[in-house]
Order: sequence, then structure tokens, then C-alpha cells
Amino acid sequence: MAEAIEMLEKQALSEAESAADLNALDEVRVRYLGKKGQITAQLKQLGQMDASERKAAGQQINRIKQALQVLLESRKQELERTAIDAQLASEKIDITLPGRNSELGGLHPVTRTLRRIESIFEQLGFEVAEGPEIEDEYYNFEALNIPVHHPARAMHDTFYFDNRKLLRTHTSPVQIRVMESQAPPYRIIAPGRVYRCDSDMTHTPMFHQVEGLLVDANISMADLIGTLDVFLQVYFERDDLKTRYRPSYFPFTEPSAEVDVQCVKCMGKGCRVCKETGWLEILGCGMVHPAVFKFVEVDSEQYSGYAFGMGVERLAMLLYGVNDIRLYFENDMRFLKQFR
Amino acid sequence: MRFSENWLRELIQLPVDHAGLIEQFNLLGLEVDTSEPAAPEFNGVVVAEIKELEQHPDADRLRVCKVDAGQPELLQIVCGAPNAAVGLKAPLALVGAVLPGGLKINKGKLRGVDSFGMLCSEAELGLAESADGLLALDQDASVGKDIRAHLDLDDHVIEIDLTPNRGDCLGMLGLARECAAANSLIYKPTRTRPVKPVIKDALPVTLEAPEACPRYCGRVVRNIDPGARTPLWMVEKLRRGGIRAINPVVDITNYVMLELGQPMHAFDMRKLDGGIRVRMAEPQEKLTLLDEAVLELDADSLVIADEKHALALAGVMGGIDSGVENDTSDIFFESAYFAPATIMGRARQYGLHTDSSHRFERGVDPQQQRRAIERATELLLAIAGGEPGPVIDIKETGSLPKKAAVQLRAVTIKRILGCEYSNKEVETLLEGMGCEVKRKKDSWHIQPPSYRFDLNIEVDMIEELARMRGYDRIPRRIPAVIPRHPDVSESRLPMDRITSILIDNGYQEVVNYSFIDPGLQYAINPDVKSLQLTNPISADLSIMRSSLLGSLLTTASYNVNRQQKRLSIFETGNGYCLQGDQVAEQALLAGLRYGPRTLENWQSEDTEVDFFDVKGDIELLLAAGGNNRAIRFVSDTHPALHPGQSARIDYHDKTIGWVGAVHPEIIRKLDLGQGAYVFELELSALLSSVAPVFNTISRYPAIRRDYSFEIDQNIQWEQVRTCIQKVAPEYLTEVILFDIYTGKGVTPGRKSYAIGLILQEISRTLTDGEIESATTEILAALTENLGVTLRE
Repeated sequence: MAEAIEMLEKQALSEAESAADLNALDEVRVRYLGKKGQITAQLKQLGQMDASERKAAGQQINRIKQALQVLLESRKQELERTAIDAQLASEKIDITLPGRNSELGGLHPVTRTLRRIESIFEQLGFEVAEGPEIEDEYYNFEALNIPVHHPARAMHDTFYFDNRKLLRTHTSPVQIRVMESQAPPYRIIAPGRVYRCDSDMTHTPMFHQVEGLLVDANISMADLIGTLDVFLQVYFERDDLKTRYRPSYFPFTEPSAEVDVQCVKCMGKGCRVCKETGWLEILGCGMVHPAVFKFVEVDSEQYSGYAFGMGVERLAMLLYGVNDIRLYFENDMRFLKQFR
Repeated sequence: MRFSENWLRELIQLPVDHAGLIEQFNLLGLEVDTSEPAAPEFNGVVVAEIKELEQHPDADRLRVCKVDAGQPELLQIVCGAPNAAVGLKAPLALVGAVLPGGLKINKGKLRGVDSFGMLCSEAELGLAESADGLLALDQDASVGKDIRAHLDLDDHVIEIDLTPNRGDCLGMLGLARECAAANSLIYKPTRTRPVKPVIKDALPVTLEAPEACPRYCGRVVRNIDPGARTPLWMVEKLRRGGIRAINPVVDITNYVMLELGQPMHAFDMRKLDGGIRVRMAEPQEKLTLLDEAVLELDADSLVIADEKHALALAGVMGGIDSGVENDTSDIFFESAYFAPATIMGRARQYGLHTDSSHRFERGVDPQQQRRAIERATELLLAIAGGEPGPVIDIKETGSLPKKAAVQLRAVTIKRILGCEYSNKEVETLLEGMGCEVKRKKDSWHIQPPSYRFDLNIEVDMIEELARMRGYDRIPRRIPAVIPRHPDVSESRLPMDRITSILIDNGYQEVVNYSFIDPGLQYAINPDVKSLQLTNPISADLSIMRSSLLGSLLTTASYNVNRQQKRLSIFETGNGYCLQGDQVAEQALLAGLRYGPRTLENWQSEDTEVDFFDVKGDIELLLAAGGNNRAIRFVSDTHPALHPGQSARIDYHDKTIGWVGAVHPEIIRKLDLGQGAYVFELELSALLSSVAPVFNTISRYPAIRRDYSFEIDQNIQWEQVRTCIQKVAPEYLTEVILFDIYTGKGVTPGRKSYAIGLILQEISRTLTDGEIESATTEILAALTENLGVTLRE
């Protein structure tokens, strides 16, 4: 009897030891320890034994049962670990493959630059104002102190429509519309599309400008220069950027100035971008002309103010190194995608 | 204004070098456009005189000259120029000379005859584009002198891009005044001495339009030498001023214009019939100009006429019939003042822009007509001789421009410039500009000079102060930032929110011209009244776009032709049209998708983008403002869209846009090869937003009931949804369409829908009875209204 049990022990332990996976291991458990299992059967037979033999046999069988249980548990853990290892190994991926996410779009470089300009001026307290692109002579010229036949009109190659309407040649009409409809003070910028009947290597018939206007009591040219210096330094991200203000002429400002910045390409040494001058002409500005104030019925004895206008394409060209203005409106994806 | 730098330096001694001068001009507001050497680099060229001339023994077109170049011996030079003649003085490139372009002159043999240099034309010295013979030097040129010194070629031609307010700088006189002031020098122009008349001949001049021409000076000069030549110094100054020499009389009028800024004209006395009338053109009057253009004159054109005909378009261009010719010996000089308003626009109206009109429309000094005519006479007598008559000087004083005195206040200077000027500085600077200045306590009375048409009001004076001290000395100040009224609202989305959604979903922004090809426009919006440009850049950019779709399709085509296979693009901009007589501009946003749905990838599904991708994108945009519930997509047709795949987008009861597949006809025309899907929406609708409203969250479970039914193929989902919603109780919270199937097992002409109904009450658990009655009612309504049959 004892020998038979020893055989059973050997067999059970060896089967548990050699079970290849968790299922096989569980089969071993059922075969020996299940309700109809062989060891369970042995335990059931104990009752029919002599009392003298029963104790020893009972001890032996329980020992075997325990040994098998311990082995089954350790084998189970071992096999579980193997199974997880196998799962992990089988689930290994090439993490260098490209991600599935679709590509990001982007803003057009002109819009991107406009946003940049707007946000700088918004932080300086300016509000964005808008006006129509199809204007009439009054807002585009007359109220800006550019009467009919004035030579300054020749500088604006204007697109006309049949009904005496025209495409605005600058964003300056927005100044007039704002001043006409509200009381001072004014602190606005007016970004938008403008049009000139000109198309060659360096001109496109449509481009973008940002107009600025600040009118209040005691606003001077010192405020104008101070504001533009800050703008240009922030825009070009250079605190030491040199600027130069040159007298110029716009019918709607007096005094008027052209603003040059030190060439951002060569730092003023002279290069092709700045035509060897070391300077880049970047915007026009001046103090609002009393005649303009008169048109919009603002008292020029009580208020003074400045206005400025800048070309967005040019500013974008200088910031991003674009060398041909026509690229902006060809909308070639190979160009546009560079600004994402 | 183009001019020779050396000429300026002849007029005034400047303490600055070339670079310094350029810098000064720029900082004076006289922007230097270009500055170039007056002649290219060359050396070894001297003044030489041809002493002997013989035919070359072996060449018909060559001659052998003996030339005096100031050396002990005459030099033998072989020359092919037709004007080579004994006594002619011409430039000679000596052996060893280097001509423009690096051509080195060596001793040579031409057809067997030795030549020790080369006689040169203007072209060979880089002074002209072409030439038909040797450059004939003035007879008084000293033989052997370096030609660069003789012709003053070590000079720069400066071109200043003058702003229209500075007509006074359209002459050397004005530039010299500016330079003097900039260098704190006092400029005293050379006095022009009056030339005494030697004959009595004069013409009667009548000013019939004194507002347009309040002053007219004239002078008869008889018996000039028609064979006289313009001296080279004058030819060169004209050349450097951008003017070609023609004959002494014309050259002198041009020279005086460059020198003094006063345009002049000269008539041939032979062709004048009686006195001069300065009058407005008569009805249908015609005039043939010097350039042979025949003008039909407008009634508001001022002309110079004799008793019979118009002779010249005043201040713009002379007529061909009265001009000076090569055999003219009696002339009549004109030096007049024409009011800018008379000339402005006239030149442009006739398509003419001349040196003369350019000056008159900007303003010519009304006080220098006589001086100009005296100067011209002086030059004419020196060059071509002649007998001058008296100067005729007719004035209508009342119509001459009067410069009002300007009051300048110290307080305004401070207010406008943000800095102060001492009394002395104000006076010195303005007097330096030619103003008469009288101080009165804290202000000044200023009389600007007659030549400064741009000095009229107080701020004009202030600009002069800033300009002459230098803009760089204006202090910098930053105006305090005044907090704005905050612009934060739940009813409006920032533009960035909308563009971010598109960009984050792969859309690239494009910016197209606002003008478009009319053909494309009519294909897209045939019924819209478009705005037509009267002067477009080209026919395909001749009308204002009413929709952005045409631009997006053009962009798509451009890129597809450049190997782009997949596009997601959008644009914001205005659509323009005429509504009756009114111009309407409306801000729009449009998008286009084309090609594969996803980027080509190791796992990509290879499916093309379709209607529902684009519709989904629009739903995202509308959801951003919380507007998606108020939006309806309605089946409707649009000329640009596929009739079976297009929808009108309504917001409440207003149409705000369209979405759909581009019409196959347009796809074919643009050669896109495959479908493109587009949408266009009014920007204002996208930017409008509704604030979220809180609803209690139910604590009770939601019940879902799924049904599958057959329905007629032509019935739209929206009809099913509306039908359900009509009969559903409040506690039907959601209807989900989770499958659409046609094919095996479904009756032909019908489709199968699988839907899920979600039912939930806020305050309690729904009973089986309530659920049963609700779903029964819904299914009954579907059966009754839409002919639905439930599937097993």
C-alpha cells in the first residue's frame, strides 16, 4: 500500500513538474486533487482502513497532498510568469514606425505675421479695427488730404470700378472711418488687404498692410518713435535693434517719416538684402495732419496723434527670409508647409 | 531728380565727402535712390588733335592719322570713324590705356599699318549706348589733357526720389539751398546779370486765363548761329541729369530747368503768327505735340497760342509746328509760371508726363521767371551769339500765389515733437530755410519763401525744425497703456479658435487674390452680379470674387499639377458682389479637401476623402460655438456642386453656407482627376457662439433599445430622425444610427437602418411600461409615415 502511494506521489509530482502550460497544470490538479482525483480517492479510502494503519496512511497521503499543492502553486506562478513573458514578447512592436496621427495644418505666413503684429500692438493697448476693401475716393484719398490730381495719387496705382468705387490702396481709410464714427481718444490698428495696380518682380497687385492710429491729448512724435521702436525690437526679437527715422512726405501726416531698421540680415554691415546700405526701409509714419482732423471734425488744438502703416509681406520676408513676394500668393504647398 | 554731384559742388563748397553727402540727403528727407559713377573706369585717354589724315593704302574705310597728343612727336593712329578730319579734337586712348570693360590698348597693325593708340567715340568711353563717330571735343580743349579731367568724369550721378511736396528741389539751386542749411552754411546763388537788349523786337503777350497763368516772361532773340554746337560741359551736365542733348537752344532751356528748376520753352519766330495768347483751349481744338501725338484738347486745358493756333500744351509739351529746328536763327524764349492746379492731372489725362509738367504740378517759384530767361539769354549769347530783345514780363499780380505768414507757437512745437527748441534755434533753423522770422513773445511770425510750396501751416514749420535738427534727436517715449474695455464674451468666438480647429485637423491656410477669372466665377455663382475692375492686371484677374471656392479650386489645381496628391486647405476673405447698386462685402471661410483621407502611412486605409469628412469638419467648427443644434444640412443644388452630394447649411432660418462634392464638370475643366469636397460659410455665423446652459445630470440608469428596420432607399435619415423626435416623449435623450445596410436580405429599393433609442428620466427610473409605450409609439409613427418594416 505504502509503495503504491509512493508511486502515486512520484507520478503526481513528476506530472506537475512537467506540465507545459497552465491548462496542463490544472489537469494535473484535477487528476490528483479534484473530486474524482486519485489522491482524493486515496483519502476517501482511509475510512475503510484499519485504525492502526489509518493514521500512518492518512499522514502519508496528506503529506503527499500538501507537497503536490505546494508544487502546483509554485509551478502555477512559474507558468504564469512564462505566459506573461510570452505575451509580452509576442506583443513587441517597432516603436520607430511613424505615428498614426494625421498631419497638422498651418497658417499662411502673412496671417501668421499679421497675428504677431496684432498681438504686439494689442499688448500696447491698441484695438483692431476693420473697414471695407471697396472704398470710395473720399475715404481713400480726399479725407486723407489727397485731393484729385494731387501728384501723390500717382504714387497709388489704383484699381477702379465703374461706379466711382475703387479698391483701397492702403489701410489708411480705416483711420477716417474710426475717427468719423467715434469720439477721441483713438488707439487702433487696422490690418487688411490692400490693392495696387502693379505686378512685377517686387510687386503683387494685392498685399497686406497694418495701419496704426493713436490720438489723444498731448501725443507727440516722441510717442510715435518710442512706440515704433518697441514694436520693431519685439517684432525682430532684438533689444539692440537700431532704427533710423528719415523725413518723408505723406499728405495725411505732418511731420512725416520713413522708418529704417538696421538690416536684420547683415546687422548693418551692408548686403544684398539692404542693397549695401545697412538699412531696411520698413514703414511710414507721422503726426496726423490738421487737415485730416478737420475732415473728421476732431479739434487739432485739443488733440494730436500719430499714424503709421506697414507692409506685412515685407515684414514677413525679413523675419522668415522669404526672397520673392510673389511666393505668398502662388499658394504652393511646398512653400506654405514651411511655416507650420 | 538726377544730377551730377560735381555740379552741386561747383555751386557750394561742401564739407562732406560723397558718402557723407548721400547720408545727408537721406536724413534731410531727400531719399537717394541711386548713386553711380558718371563714367565707367578707364584710364590713359587724353585730348588729341588730328593734324594729318591720309587714306589707308589697303582699306577703303580706314584712314591713317597723325595725331597731336601733347607729346614731342605726332602719333600715327589708324582710324575708321567717318568724322575723322584734320583739326578735329577727339579722345585718344594711348598705348597702355585700359578702356571700360578692361579692353587694353596695345600698339597694333591694321592691314599692315602701325597704329599707336585708338581714337574714341562716346560709346567706347562708356558715355553713351552707341555713337556714329569720334567724340568731337570742344575746340578749346587742351591737347594732352587727361580726358577724365577734361570732361570732369570723376563724378557721381545721384538720383533722388523726391516726394511730391519738394518741387523746390527739382533744380540744382534748391538742392544747394538744402545742402547749405544742412551744413550750416550760407548759400548765395550766383547773381544772374540782366542781358541788355540790343534790338527792340518783342511780342505782345496776353494772359487770358490769369488764374492758370498769372505770369509769363518772354524774349525774342534774333540771328543766332544755327551751326553752333552745345559745349561738351553742358552736354555732360545734361547727360548726367538724364537729358539727351539736341541743339543749343533746346539744350539751354533744359539746362536752365536743371539749374534753376524753371521749365522753359523756345519757339521758332518764323512760325509765330502775331502775339502770344495764354488761354484755355477752344472747343474741338487740336494740337500736334513734339512727339507727333495729336491731341484733341479739353476745355480745361491751358494752351500757349498765337493769334491763330494753339502752339503748345502749357507747361507740358510744345507743339511740333512751332518748335526750334536745326536751321532756326530767330527764337522766342518762354519762362512762365503755371498754377499747379492747372497742370495737375492734365499731363496724366493725356498720358503725358514731362520734366516740365512734373515741376509745374509740384510748384515752380513764381519769382524766378525773369531770372531764368536772363540766364538762358546769357548762355545762348555765349554759345550761339544772337541779338536779344527786351524781356517781356507780364504779370497778373492778384492771381500769383501769395504766401500767407504762419504763426508758430513754442507750445505747439513741444506738443507735436515732444521736445523743446530754444528761441535762437527756431530762428536760425527757419531763417536757414529762407524764411523771414519775427518773434512775438512765445510765438513767431514766419514768412516762408516763395519757392516752398509745402510750407503753409504751423506743423509744416515744426517739420522743418525737426528735419533740420535731425529726427534722431527727437526723444523716445512710450505712451502709457490705457486698459481697454475688455472684449470677452460668450456670444462670440475669437477668430483664432476657428482657424485652430481647422489647422489642428490638418488644414493649411492659403491666401489668394481677391480678383478672379470671370469664367470660373460664372461657373460657381452664375447669378451673382460681379464687380468688374476697369483696369485689371489681366483678363483672368478682372472681377472681384463673390465666393472663395473658385480661388480654392485654382489653388488645388496649381498644387495637383505639382505632384501634391492630398490637400486640405482653407481661406478666409471677403466675397464681393453688387446688390442693386450697393457694393456688398461679406467675410467668408471656405475649405477644400482632396485625395486620400489620411496621410499615406504604413497602415493607411487607402480611402479617399468624401462628403462626410468635410461635413464632420463643419460640424466641429459649429460645435465650437455651441451652434451645432441650430444648424440644418438641407439637400439642395448649387451650380458648383454635385447635385446628389450637396447641402445647403441653414442656421435657424438663414442660409449660411454650402457643402458638397465639386461638380464633376468643374473637376474635369480644372483637370483635377478626382473629386474634391468643399464648403463655404459666412464667417459671422461661425464666430457667433451661445453660452452653455446647465442641465441636471440624471442619477437614474439610461435604457437602450435597438431596432433594425427596412425603409425606402430615397428616404433621408433626417426624415427618420424628425419623425422619431415628433412623437418621442421628453425622456428620449438620444437617437443613434449605428448601421446602414443594403444588399442580400434587404428588399431591392430599400435599405436597412439599425438604430438605438436612449431613454432616461431625470428624477426616477423608467418603468417597463413607459419604455414599451414610448418605443411602440415611435415604431408605429415610423411605419405609418415612412413605411418602415421591422426586421427580425
